Amino acid sequence: MSGTGYQGKKNIPHLTSERLLIKGGRVVNDDQSLYADVYVEDGIIKQVGENLIVPGGVKVIEANGCMVIPGGIDVNTCLHKSYLGTPPVDDFYQGTKAALAGGTTMIIDHVTPQPGYSLLEAFEKWQEAADKKSCCDYSLHVDIPHWHEGVKEELEQLVQEKGINSFQVYMAYKGLFQMPDSQLYEAFSFLKELGAVVLVHAENGDLIAQEQSKILGMGITGPEGHPLSRPEELEAEAVFRAITLGNRVNCPVYITKVMSKSAADTVTSARKKGSVVFGEPITASLATDGSHYWSKNWAKAAAYVTSPPLSPDPTTPDHLHSLLACGDLQVVGSGHCGYSTSQKAIGKDNFTLIPEGTNGVEERMGFVWDKAVAMGKMDENQFVAVTSTNAAKIFNLYPRKGRIAVGSDADIVIWDPDKIKTITTKAQQSALEYNIFEGMECRGGPVYVVSQGRIVFEEGKLQVQQGTGRFISRKPFPDIAYQRIKYLSVYKTIVSRGMYDGPVYDIPATPKYITPAPSAKTSPNTHQPPPIRNLHQSNFSLSGAQIDDNIPRRSGHRIVAPPGGRSNITSLG
Amino acid sequence: MSYQGKKNIPKITSERLLIKGGRIVNDDQSFYADIYMEDGVIKQIGDNLIVPGGVKTIEADGKMVIPGGIDIHTHLQMPFRGTSTVDDFSQGTKAALAGGTTMIVDHVIPEPGSSLLEAFERWREWADEKACCDYALHVDITHWNDSVRQEVLSLIKEKGVNSFQVYMAFKDLYQLSNSEIYEIFTFLGEHGGIAQVHAENGEIIAEEQARMLEMGITGPEGHVLSRPEELEAEAVFRAVTIASQTNCPLYVTRVMSKSAADIISQARKKGNVVFGEPITASLGTDGTHYWSKNWAKAASFVTSPPLSPDPTTPDYLNTLLASGDLSVVGSAHCTFSVAQKAIGKDDFTQIPEGVNGAEERMSVIWDKAVVTGKMDENMFVAVTSTNAAKILNLYPRKGRIAVGSDSDLVIWDTDAVRTITAKTHHSAAEYNVFEGMELRGAPMLVVCQGKIVLEDGNLHATAGTGRFIPCSPFPDFAYKRVKARKQMAILKAVPRGMYDGPVSEFSPMSRGGTPSASARTSPTKAPVRNLHQSGFTLSGKQTIELQ
Repeated sequence: MSGTGYQGKKNIPHLTSERLLIKGGRVVNDDQSLYADVYVEDGIIKQVGENLIVPGGVKVIEANGCMVIPGGIDVNTCLHKSYLGTPPVDDFYQGTKAALAGGTTMIIDHVTPQPGYSLLEAFEKWQEAADKKSCCDYSLHVDIPHWHEGVKEELEQLVQEKGINSFQVYMAYKGLFQMPDSQLYEAFSFLKELGAVVLVHAENGDLIAQEQSKILGMGITGPEGHPLSRPEELEAEAVFRAITLGNRVNCPVYITKVMSKSAADTVTSARKKGSVVFGEPITASLATDGSHYWSKNWAKAAAYVTSPPLSPDPTTPDHLHSLLACGDLQVVGSGHCGYSTSQKAIGKDNFTLIPEGTNGVEERMGFVWDKAVAMGKMDENQFVAVTSTNAAKIFNLYPRKGRIAVGSDADIVIWDPDKIKTITTKAQQSALEYNIFEGMECRGGPVYVVSQGRIVFEEGKLQVQQGTGRFISRKPFPDIAYQRIKYLSVYKTIVSRGMYDGPVYDIPATPKYITPAPSAKTSPNTHQPPPIRNLHQSNFSLSGAQIDDNIPRRSGHRIVAPPGGRSNITSLG
Repeated sequence: MSYQGKKNIPKITSERLLIKGGRIVNDDQSFYADIYMEDGVIKQIGDNLIVPGGVKTIEADGKMVIPGGIDIHTHLQMPFRGTSTVDDFSQGTKAALAGGTTMIVDHVIPEPGSSLLEAFERWREWADEKACCDYALHVDITHWNDSVRQEVLSLIKEKGVNSFQVYMAFKDLYQLSNSEIYEIFTFLGEHGGIAQVHAENGEIIAEEQARMLEMGITGPEGHVLSRPEELEAEAVFRAVTIASQTNCPLYVTRVMSKSAADIISQARKKGNVVFGEPITASLGTDGTHYWSKNWAKAASFVTSPPLSPDPTTPDYLNTLLASGDLSVVGSAHCTFSVAQKAIGKDDFTQIPEGVNGAEERMSVIWDKAVVTGKMDENMFVAVTSTNAAKILNLYPRKGRIAVGSDSDLVIWDTDAVRTITAKTHHSAAEYNVFEGMELRGAPMLVVCQGKIVLEDGNLHATAGTGRFIPCSPFPDFAYKRVKARKQMAILKAVPRGMYDGPVSEFSPMSRGGTPSASARTSPTKAPVRNLHQSGFTLSGKQTIELQ
């Protein structure tokens, strides 16, 4: 199988023997920036520094002082997720093209098996599709549609043999993907043992189902019903619950698609309390808001439908950028899942049937630059961290990906902070008819994109080849998530105390709480041997002189006490 | 069941009583005035009152006269596996009166599957026979279906119950699912009920309990280890979410931890209608005792949610109580004898849950909040009495010293110091979780239904004198805001033209269920991509629309 070795390649001809020198750029990593040249050979960065000695005949790119950054990693795409039998219009080819055009040189796609189907089979199907079509390196998350014993074996195999270290569980989609808390607990426990990262789609599915039927009952069938039935507190609630579960099991939790302020705040406050939790806002939640659901143009409104929905609060993007800049949210994904208008129209009479997904893979890095860096919230190093390095660390790709250093893969972007671009459907790589960022101006964009050591994007032109993307396998136990987990697994010990040997109340031998008779009132008489009352006047005296000694105790007390038995353990103190 | 409706018990309240020279403390103000009471009702308040001759006069000597406490959360005479709590309605209300509480609100807990109305009647019978002070009842909803719905409605409309508790814990027993809770809250919101919630994540608790037992932890410390405070906070968060979704006022019973209290204060700051109830135990002591070497002592602290092992919790909860983020204090008085607790001597999950606190409730708050300077005396009245009366819709009959209110009042001695011990308390339990604590502040004299029931440390209570006080729905305290929200929250559909473009071909299955195993083969089936080149062009107008 492909992707097992560090430089393992598939049967596609190796095109990366190009030699490349990037001159005069400022290399920006997540920790520092420095002026240096970068020399690339065989898809690997061979030298970084000034006045490099390189062979002759090397292609030279003049960076002219532009930033040289590690290629972006988009950790959340769905390029092969069918909806009711129809695949998204952006497949691995279309989608990775769009990614490269935006400066992203690696994607991690979600494998979404249908409930009841094999995870391994689904994984292989995805891998096959991606191997055939992908233009950039990729890896895969596997979603767990439901939990049962058989899944465990498959998960083990995926982690140990297939190079998958991240799995998504769903708290929403009732009756389909949703798992109850006890299953989530088991899934978390198991995945933690495997050293995997648990991705959570956090929304309260029970309440969504209730709200959806309420809203349909009110006659609201258009896309505005989507955000109305999924208010942001349902997201925040589920995030809170997921974190609680993570803390209990002592397992790192990664929240996919942070769409609202309150969900982000919940992540923030959990991190402040020391929980190992990561939050991923997506392009859409960082750049636009949910007011468009009320658009009079049905097709436009439907284009925004994704879950959790975009928040109708227009201050949301700004808030999320602030949290991203200060490190409370770590990674930006795109949540790219492209369905055409006619596919969206499956739900034209019922918003719950609209396939969910927005575009964003191409615009992802541009908007983070435009709305966070250009606004002065974030510096360029943090920009690299949230678009690439953090993702590489969390999913255990670092430092192969996510860094410009000797030995890393030659996935490099030359970024022009002043490039201005207007987002429009006409100029995009995606096959969608609607771009949810239509008409927005975006500062910052790639001038050159180098993927696997080859120039794939140059002066606005893409030169890609289907099937060149390699599957990158990932090992479990990423340090950024699991180092702390190891230290957290200490537990309090048992109290050693003498056996309790005092009297024990005699109870009917039924399981906990189940009273034998419907009427508890009559049960003392029916279920106890009748002559019990005398026992109270027996020599059993627990606390000596009680002031209530004159008050008759109720019948029903049968104390199994040793005669004269007053053990020191029951005495006050 | 009218305002002064009495049961078949001879009226003994025709006593006339004058309290002179006291400082009346209500939740809004304090002032010096005399109080004249007749027939169990306050008739006059003011200086130099003209009263009939031969009236018994009490000199308050400038001490505080406060409305009698309302303990909004008790479990007296609660059945448990064929036995019941050792404090019945007589014992329990006596303890309450001894602590300055003149009204209790008990929880009716019907067995899952049985009738709510029957259980309610049974509790009424027990309480009517034995209660020494006025009482009202909450009814717990332990299962949910259409017949329960009818019963809840008749309890609200005919029986005088306006508050219902649901459980998010006790898996496979009382626990309800999120969808059921959603339906209950919706229903209560429509009919003016208060939704009370026992907030703990029962699913996770069940998993943790199994894990603890597996690890060999069987003692009471397993109780707190299997119910860490974040499970409480999580459930509170979820309850707040459901309540705000359904626009129903929420009342969180037993706030035991800092993080749960924080969630409530945050929710209140966001404008949710949420009330939080810390209990005597969470305000007065902490969960370190679960690790006591004395099994019986450790077991006596077992209650759910558990007391937090963090010893700074009581102080923190008292602060939030003083600032108004928590609204009301109950006792959750539910006492079992050591022998009853010992049912769980080999398995902490079997220990019957409950702590004492009815008698100590008011003193604990005075000592921990007022004496320490966190809270003023008016707030003290609010959290021990007035807020409870408002939530139950009994205000101003209860919870206030005013003309026309019931003459339930307490002369509060701010300087008295009591040492709490099981030897002198009025409960029948052998252990007191506050054992050995010195508490400043105690009732000097308690007047209940116009009669002196506590004087010079002597209790003169009569079982059966307590009346059932019906609570009516839609209490203003909770529902004024809710009503306004209902009008704000009317959702509207967007009127837009019919979408008449192409619709992708799809398999008419239930959502997400792909018909064939292979999704990969479907692209050939539906020629989706061609549709793009069809005459359908919506994107032309788009840029204009954005401007």
